[in-house]
Amino acid sequence: MSLDTPILTEAARQVDICNACRYCEGYCSVFPAMFKERTFASGDITQLANLCHNCRGCYYACQYVEPHEFALNLPAALAEARQESWERFAWPRAAARVFHRSGVALAGALVVGIALLFWAAAALQPASGKGFYAVLSHTAMVAIFLPAFLLPLTAIGIGLTRYWAEVGGTRVTLAHLLEAGRSAASMRNLAGGQGQGCNFEDEDRFSNARRHAHQAVMWGFLLCFASTSSGTVLHYVFDMHAPYPLFSLPKLFGVPGGVLLTAGATGLIWLKLRADRGLGAPAVWGAEMIFVLLLGLTGFSGLALYAFTGTDAVPALLAIHLGAVLALFLSTPYSKMAHGFYRVAALIRDAQIKDRQTP
Amino acid sequence: MSEPYDLIVVGGGNAALCAAIEGAEKGCSVLLLESAPKVYRGGNSRHTRNFRCMHQGPLSVLTGSYTEDEYFDDLMRVVNGKTDRHLARMCIRESEKCLPWMEAHGVRFQPSLSGTLSLSRTNAFFLGGGKALVNAYYRTAENLGVTVLYDAEVTHIHLDGNRVTGVDVRSKGETATLQARAFVLASGGFQGDIDWLCRAWGPSARNFLIRGTPYNRGVVLRDMLDQGAESVGDPTQCHAVAIDGRAPKFDGGIVTRLDCVPFSIVVNNQGARFYDEGEDVWPKRYAIWGRLVAAQPEQVGYSIIDSQSLELFMPSVFPPIKADTIKDLARRLGLPGETLKATVDSFNAACPTDPDGSFHPTELDGLATEGLDPPKTNWARPITQPPFYGYSLRPGVTFTYLGLKVDETARVYGADGPFANLWAAGEIMAGSILGQGYLAGFGMTIGTVFGRIAGQEAASHVA
Ligand SMILES: Cc1cc2nc3c(=O)[nH]c(=O)nc-3n(C[C@H](O)[C@H](O)[C@H](O)COP(=O)(O)OP(=O)(O)OC[C@H]3O[C@@H](n4cnc5c(N)ncnc54)[C@H](O)[C@@H]3O)c2cc1C
Ligand code: SF4
Ligand code: SF4
Repeated sequence: MSLDTPILTEAARQVDICNACRYCEGYCSVFPAMFKERTFASGDITQLANLCHNCRGCYYACQYVEPHEFALNLPAALAEARQESWERFAWPRAAARVFHRSGVALAGALVVGIALLFWAAAALQPASGKGFYAVLSHTAMVAIFLPAFLLPLTAIGIGLTRYWAEVGGTRVTLAHLLEAGRSAASMRNLAGGQGQGCNFEDEDRFSNARRHAHQAVMWGFLLCFASTSSGTVLHYVFDMHAPYPLFSLPKLFGVPGGVLLTAGATGLIWLKLRADRGLGAPAVWGAEMIFVLLLGLTGFSGLALYAFTGTDAVPALLAIHLGAVLALFLSTPYSKMAHGFYRVAALIRDAQIKDRQTP
Repeated sequence: MSEPYDLIVVGGGNAALCAAIEGAEKGCSVLLLESAPKVYRGGNSRHTRNFRCMHQGPLSVLTGSYTEDEYFDDLMRVVNGKTDRHLARMCIRESEKCLPWMEAHGVRFQPSLSGTLSLSRTNAFFLGGGKALVNAYYRTAENLGVTVLYDAEVTHIHLDGNRVTGVDVRSKGETATLQARAFVLASGGFQGDIDWLCRAWGPSARNFLIRGTPYNRGVVLRDMLDQGAESVGDPTQCHAVAIDGRAPKFDGGIVTRLDCVPFSIVVNNQGARFYDEGEDVWPKRYAIWGRLVAAQPEQVGYSIIDSQSLELFMPSVFPPIKADTIKDLARRLGLPGETLKATVDSFNAACPTDPDGSFHPTELDGLATEGLDPPKTNWARPITQPPFYGYSLRPGVTFTYLGLKVDETARVYGADGPFANLWAAGEIMAGSILGQGYLAGFGMTIGTVFGRIAGQEAASHVA
C-alpha cells in the first residue's frame, strides 16, 4: 500500500511490523496509539510521528534492525515523517525548506538579525532613555519586535490548522489540554515508560540526561518569555520602565530562565554530539544543531547583558541578544522551534483519541 | 585472548548471560563467547517477550497468585508426562526468586501486552521485549568485568577424563584454544542446522522456517554428544508452530505468527482440508499446527477467511492475499480453483444455518459443522462475504529438544557420571524438562534458573 509520500509509505511499512509485534508497547504513547488501528493512512502516520519524542528506546530494543531484512528503525522513520510534515504544513512552504534543511540559513538569519539591531541602534539612536533604551528606544524595539512576534505566530497558526485537518482532530476540551499539558510538562514520553529515560548518548544505556536537558531548555525558554511578557505589562500597564531591579518579575523570571536555557542548550549539544545521527533525520542534523546553539546564545547573551549592566559592553551585547531573539522568533515556524507547537498538538490529539467519547 | 579465565561461558543468550553474571558476582573472571556478531547477539532470547513465573501473591507486574502445583499441572498437560518431575518442580520453585533477581540486574517488566491478557497472571512481560532484556544483561555483565567476545564460535570442547581443559574458538578466521577452570555451555539448540533437522525429520525439514537465530547450529551439542556426553530428549521433537509462509528463513521472530486459523478453513496445496481448525482456542492449538502443516505436501497450508473474520485476530505482518471470489483467491494463492471452490462450498453447506448471535470469537462457541470430515467444531461460520482473504502457512521451528542431560545443579553428565567442571543451561539442556510440547514463557524460565545455578556452581568450583 502506498501513502501520500515515500517517507510516509516507509514509516507505515515499519508501523505495520510493530503492530504485529507490540514488544515496545510500554515505552511511550506512540505504541498504544498505534495498536488501536489495523491500517494506517497518511494522517495516522503524521500523528504518530509528531507524538514520537525520538527517545530511541524502540530502536535498541528491536530485534529487526538492519541488517535484518525488516530493517526497522522506527525513530528515524518517524523523525523523517515528522520533519516532512512540518515542511508540508509550514506557511509559506519555501521558507520551511530553507531553514529546516540548512543550518547556514539559520545562522545567516542570526547575523542579519544582529546586523539589523546594530543598524537600528545607530540609525534610531534615542536622544535620551535609561538602560537599554539609551541604546535603542522602546518605540523602536516595539516597532521591530511586534511584527517579529505576530508574523511567526500567524504562520504557526496556519501550520497547526493544517496539521489538525490532516490528523482528523476534533473539538478540544479543557480535559484534553490538561492531559497534553501534563505530558509535555514532565516530558513523559522521554521517560522510557518507567522513568529510566532515553537511549540517546550511549547506545542502549538508559539515562535521563536528555530529558532533563530538554526540560531545562523548555522551562528556561518559557521563563525568559514570561520575563519579557511581565516587562511588557510593567511597561504599559504600570508605567514602570526597564532596567528592573533584581527583585522584580522580569528579573526573577529572566535570570533563572537564562541560566536554565543556557545550561539546557549546552547539555543538548553535548548529547547530540554523542548520539547516533542515523536514528534521527540526518539531513536536518546541522540545522538542528545551529538552532540549539541559537537558543543557548539567546539565554547566555541575556544573562551577559544583565551581568554587564552599566558598562560599555551593553550596546554590543544588546544587539547580539536582541538579534538572537529576533532570529529565533522569525524562524520559529520554519525551524526546529516549530516542533514544540506540533508536539503539543499531537499530545492533545492523543488525549482525544484516548478519550473514547471523542471519535 | 591469552589471559586464563576462571570461567568460560559458551553462548550469548539469556542462559549464558545469567551464568556469566552469577559467576562474576561470585568473584570469577569470566569470558563469554558469542558466535553471533554484536547486532545479532542474544540468540533466541532476543525474540522472547515473557517469562513464566510462580508466585504466591502479586509480584511485580504479575497479578494474583500462581502456585507451584498449578504451574506444574500446566506443564504436565503439555508435556504429556514426559518430564523429569524433580527437575521441573525445582525449576518452577526457583522461578519465583528469579524475577526479583532479574529486576536487580537491569530487566524491566511491563503489564502484559495488548492482546495477551490471558497471560497477565502467569507470565511477566519484558519492557521492550527480549532484546531489551539481553541488552540489560550485557550492560550488567560488562559492568561486572565480564569479557565478551562476539563473532566467536566454539567448535570443540577439549576433554581429559571427566574434566574439560579448554575450548576451541574460531574468530575472524582463526582458531585458538582457550583454557579456564570451569565451563558453562549455553549455546542453544540445533535448529539452525537444516541438515541435522533433515537427518532427524526427513527431507521435508528443508521447507521448515526457523523462527529464531541462525547461529544455534548445535555445534557444541554435537561435539559433546560425539564425545560421549549423555543426552536427553528426542531428536525428532521440536517446538514448531504454523507461521506466515512468507516469513524469512531465519529470525522472523514473533511477527510472523498468524492467529487466523480458528476463524478460517485451512487447506493443503490440493485445496483439501485436513484438520479441525476450531478444535480449541488458538493459544492452546498453535503449537500442533506446526506439525499438521509439516505433514502436508510441500509442508504448506492455506488459511482462507472472508471479510467478516478479518479483524478477529491480531494484525499480520504481511497483508493477506485478497480477492473478490474464491476462484480468484485460489488463482492468486496458486491453488486449484475448482477444488477450493468445492471445499469452501461443502464447508459452507455444513455450517449451522443461522449462526448469528451464537458466534463468539473469544470463547469456544460450539458452532460446529454437521456431517463434514474433518469437522470444524467451533466458530463454523460460512465463508461467504467478499472480499476473501488467504494466508499461506509453514512450519516455523522455535527450538529443538535434544540436549545434554543435567542434574539439579546443572552439571553435565558423561558416560561415567558427572563432569567435574562442566555445566549447561538453557535450550541446550531444556530437553531434561521438556520431553515434548511447550508452555509459553517456560524457555526463559529454564534458561534463567539453570543459567544462574550453573554460574553459581561453577564459581564455587573455582573458589
Ligand atoms: C520467536 C520466538 C519467541 C519466543 N518467545 C519466548 C517467550 O516469550 N518466552 C519464553 O520463555 N521463551 C520464548 N522463546 C524460547 C526462548 O527463546 C528460548 O527458550 C530461550 O531464549 C533459550 O535461551 P538460551 O540462552 O538457551 O538460548 P539462546 O538465547 O538462543 O542463546 C544461544 C546463544 O548461543 C550462541 N551460540 C550458538 N552456538 C554457539 C557456538 N558454537 N559458540 C558460541 N556461541 C554459540 C548463539 O549465538 C546464542 O547467542 C521464543 C523463541 C522464539 C524463536
Ligand atoms: S520497534 Fe521492533 S521490537 Fe519494537 S514494536 Fe516495533 S518491531 Fe517490535
Ligand atoms: S523513539 Fe521513543 S518516543 Fe519514539 S516511538 Fe520509539 S520509543 Fe516511542
